[in-house]
Amino acid sequence: MSKIVMNSNAFMTRKDVVCFGVLAVLLLAVFPTVLDPFRLNLFGKYITYGFVALGLVLCWGDTGILSLGQGVFFGLGGYCMAMYLKLEASTVEATKIQSTPGIPDFMDWNQLTELPYIWKPFHHLGFAIVAIPLVPVVLALVIGFAMFKRRVGGTYFAIITQALASILTILIIGQQGYTGGVNGITDLRTLDGWDIRTDGAKLILYFGSAILLLASMVLAQFIRRSKLGRILVAMRDKEDRVRFSGYDVASFKIFVFCFAAALAGIGGAMFTLQVGFMSPSLVGIVPSIEMVIYCAVGGRTSIFGAIYGTLLVNYARTTFSEDLPQVWLFAMGALFIAVVMVFPDGLAGIYRRYVDPHVERLLGVTRKPAGQITTSDTASAVVE
Amino acid sequence: MPEAPSDRTPSSPFRRHLLMGMAALPAATLLPRLARAAEKPTAEVNTTGLAVTDDTVTCGILHSLSGTMALSETGATEAEKLAISQINASGGVLGRQIKVVQEDGASDWPTFAEKARKLLASDHCAAVFGCWTSASRKAVLPVFEQLNGMLYYPTFYEGLEQSKNVIYTGQEATQQILAGLNWVNKEKGAKTFYLIGSDYIWPRTSNKIARKHIEGHLTGCKVVGEDYFPLGSTQFNSVINKIKLTKPDVIYADVVGGSNVAFYKQLKAAGIDLKKQTLMTISVTEDEIVGIGGENIAGAYACMKYFQSLDNPNNVAFVAAFKKMFGEKSVIGDVTQAAYLGPWLWKLTVEKAGGFDVDKIAAASGGVVFDKAPEGYVRIHNTNHHLWSRTRIGLAQADGQFKVVYETPDLIEPNPFPAGYQ
Repeated sequence: MSKIVMNSNAFMTRKDVVCFGVLAVLLLAVFPTVLDPFRLNLFGKYITYGFVALGLVLCWGDTGILSLGQGVFFGLGGYCMAMYLKLEASTVEATKIQSTPGIPDFMDWNQLTELPYIWKPFHHLGFAIVAIPLVPVVLALVIGFAMFKRRVGGTYFAIITQALASILTILIIGQQGYTGGVNGITDLRTLDGWDIRTDGAKLILYFGSAILLLASMVLAQFIRRSKLGRILVAMRDKEDRVRFSGYDVASFKIFVFCFAAALAGIGGAMFTLQVGFMSPSLVGIVPSIEMVIYCAVGGRTSIFGAIYGTLLVNYARTTFSEDLPQVWLFAMGALFIAVVMVFPDGLAGIYRRYVDPHVERLLGVTRKPAGQITTSDTASAVVE
Repeated sequence: MPEAPSDRTPSSPFRRHLLMGMAALPAATLLPRLARAAEKPTAEVNTTGLAVTDDTVTCGILHSLSGTMALSETGATEAEKLAISQINASGGVLGRQIKVVQEDGASDWPTFAEKARKLLASDHCAAVFGCWTSASRKAVLPVFEQLNGMLYYPTFYEGLEQSKNVIYTGQEATQQILAGLNWVNKEKGAKTFYLIGSDYIWPRTSNKIARKHIEGHLTGCKVVGEDYFPLGSTQFNSVINKIKLTKPDVIYADVVGGSNVAFYKQLKAAGIDLKKQTLMTISVTEDEIVGIGGENIAGAYACMKYFQSLDNPNNVAFVAAFKKMFGEKSVIGDVTQAAYLGPWLWKLTVEKAGGFDVDKIAAASGGVVFDKAPEGYVRIHNTNHHLWSRTRIGLAQADGQFKVVYETPDLIEPNPFPAGYQ
């Protein structure tokens, strides 16, 4: 047993390199050449959801923490970016018809006469860039600390994260003078003087998102293949055993939850840049659950599965809703049910069962007893 | 990419019926002019790459067919389809039949932005009729401005906006509010007002305008309370108790959507009889009454520009055509009628401009007159892309219709940035 574990301890196997290569070619070469600018921009948007799905693979697939509130972190990252962009768009010149020029338009409509304190630091791009991952992480830290230290987990944790999504939505909608309310923060124009609305800018943003996603995947892969990653899986399968072995389970959970939150925040910021606005409809319960669905369809224990799942579900969503505007939701529902009923491990499960053996033969890799990291592997890794 | 099934105009026997039902409509009189216009070559009427061929022109419809807004937006979608089928039956626009690409905004603002981009960038729609909520309009506005599209937006809304790329066929807030307040002050002797709204931009802006008018322009009048409830809220007991304590002459309500059902039922349950307590709403149309139940709201006054019961030949023909196409039981609210104006105004503007180019449409829109509108004569404002329109007050009846009790003598000028009300 220990031989196999040692073997797969390498950060990337040949197979992983091939998988990364295929995805990188797809994202960086195939899509940009095949798709017109409009479709490519849509894929850029799907990629931003991929950050959330990637976080969920570590958080849910590996560690077994189901979070139904990832939209919160996605939204926080997105709002941090949107606040910076909105301030840049709200110059005194551009808002001279308002009662108070120089503040965002929705504040003026809500009778605010000066910029609130929490908005002021967002005049600086550097601050916004730091805040994008940091704000979600701080919130995740607080929640993680409060929950995991008290050993709240499983369904209870899922419900609490869902409540969080609901609370933040209500907060944003209720405080519309500070947040733009239900309309969100709209009409974003430039990033440090660079117009983000042109086709050229959208192309660059697409590549930026794709490269960031690939880099995040490498980082996630690194974590999963490290000892840390194995402890996470061990906690999912036998939490008590890990605890009795002397590990501080709560700290590991807090770490992975924060990591997923940071990824979601980055995704949110890239979303704002590409779509041009941020609104509470991306923060609430429904988008949060949809993001879990992307991950489930792709396969929650595979980072590649999760990304392909995200791209596929969103592509299907767009295509179905264009071709069958009246009944597309039924088509989406049917897709989800079919995947979950027939392939509980999602696309990754299909791949492992039917495609992987052939790939391995081609690559000349001998097959491990199981395609994924299993409890026995991990438990032995942890114990040994 | 496969194209969305595009032509949703009714099949031919149906269209024949429609034609007969439409004899009273303006289309027939325009026919000779159209025949001449059709001779214009495509290269001349379309210099910016819109989806215009020698015999068709593509337009988009962008409303929510799914999600929480679907119920509200269905009426608008139907009205736009009716208008388009009537225009097509009468010879089209510059001799070209309108092809429709319909997209589902799914009550989700990013989806609205995505679909708007698709309609303009992929389908090259000459015009798009759509959106309902302010949030969806705010989401698509940068797309329309960037890709230079034309949006006809049907909902009464808060104002504070004006774009070269949007024609607002509903009323902006001052048009809808001021005349109603004057009337209730004069006719009912109302002095004290209690403002109740859903918590988002439209009710807040509307109530701000209402408060400024009540306190600044109506002598001796004051606002005795102002409360907001989250969208979808169903608990109004606290505010109903406050109403009972403060005894305002008028309850002024801009509660939207499903919350209305709870609000009016709870008012009734609390013993507030709308026949004795004056209530004026600017957010309940015939569509909402279907959910509220006529018996729960009978006696309330609604203030807007259109009611299904309007008695004029245009409206009689419109209601008949609508029911013929979508069923005897369908009701038509203010927004539905405003949506119906969109395709007609666009057609008239295209004919005035002599081409489909968006820049020409935007420039030619000012002053366009549609005198066969169900609400009566309307005219696009010379500069601000909103409509001159009358405001009417309707008394809710138990059968779900309104009895029109007042209408302004003149068209009211749209003023999306009202000085003194901001």
